[in-house]
Amino acid sequence: MKILILGCGRVGARLAQLMEADGHKVSVIDSDPDALNRLPETFKGQTTLGTGIDTDVLKAAGIEGANAFAAVTNFDNTNIMACQIAKEIFGVPNVLARIYDPGRESLYQELGLETVCPTTLVSTTVRDIIMENAK
Amino acid sequence: MYIIVVGGGKVGYYLAKTLLNDGYEVLLIEKNPRKVAVYAERFGSVVMEGDGAELTTLETAGAARANVIVAVTGEDEDNLVICQTAKRLFNVPRTIARVNNPKNESIFRKLGIDVSVSSTNLILNIIEQEIPQRSLVHLMTIKHGQMAIVEATVEEGSPVVGKSLADLTFPPNVVISAVIREDSLILPKGETILQPDDEVIALSNKESEEGLRQMLTGA
Repeated sequence: MKILILGCGRVGARLAQLMEADGHKVSVIDSDPDALNRLPETFKGQTTLGTGIDTDVLKAAGIEGANAFAAVTNFDNTNIMACQIAKEIFGVPNVLARIYDPGRESLYQELGLETVCPTTLVSTTVRDIIMENAK
Repeated sequence: MYIIVVGGGKVGYYLAKTLLNDGYEVLLIEKNPRKVAVYAERFGSVVMEGDGAELTTLETAGAARANVIVAVTGEDEDNLVICQTAKRLFNVPRTIARVNNPKNESIFRKLGIDVSVSSTNLILNIIEQEIPQRSLVHLMTIKHGQMAIVEATVEEGSPVVGKSLADLTFPPNVVISAVIREDSLILPKGETILQPDDEVIALSNKESEEGLRQMLTGA
């Protein structure tokens, strides 16, 4: 499938490599040229420089016809808005936003956005490990 | 009426100041503590430090009893989330967002924001008004740019000259609202006959604007 990744930080760059290794067509967007350098030289997918809440940038990155869209910038609101654009404007069927703020995550989940909250994931995992070790 | 303004840049600052002078109950929310300190000295307790996109900030601000929330930060994505949070979680009846990228005006409408204001579009409209050519001038856009109050000057060679409004077939969804002739206002009636240099003010759908422009200017 064809996946668009917004945000080329550690997570975005890693996700791009994982998806490419699985044989998918990957396109990565970031507003910082240095961030795009995180991708290895072997990366064969497309890279686009620009902000992910601009429909022109999203089009240039090939959002029309994408099967999936993952917004993993460091900014919750950017991820939220980009995902809503991908879903409501471009009709991408499989859309996911990383949201650090658990309160904001639950609101947008209620509004029908698929979300991942690293804050909740990490804190519950850490708690589980601590409790497991304490046994 | 209680109005919450989020974003203490120049727009937010002067907006809050003007609304306060007009006697409204206003709260200005700003992230930057240094700005908050300066504004607090000028305005007193109507300034609050915080991130307006955070639930707790809006809760502390009393968003649940706000009549209007205006998000005027410099970031479109922040303004969107602030308005959506205010609307969905606090049932704020009227949400107004500032839009920096003019293309986001229509996106915000689709995503449920009541009113979005694009300063880029506003300035563009003013430029259009100042350029003397056979054009239709936007006096005001309404319904997120779907409709507009427009003005055009009847040109010498236009097909409407010498005809009464009743005899003319305007494009659909056009309401001729006023005719200004030599600085005096004429309330348009069926028998009003258009003359060259008449300024016609109309309410028009976006789709009908080009047809209306061609009729009035003859170009």
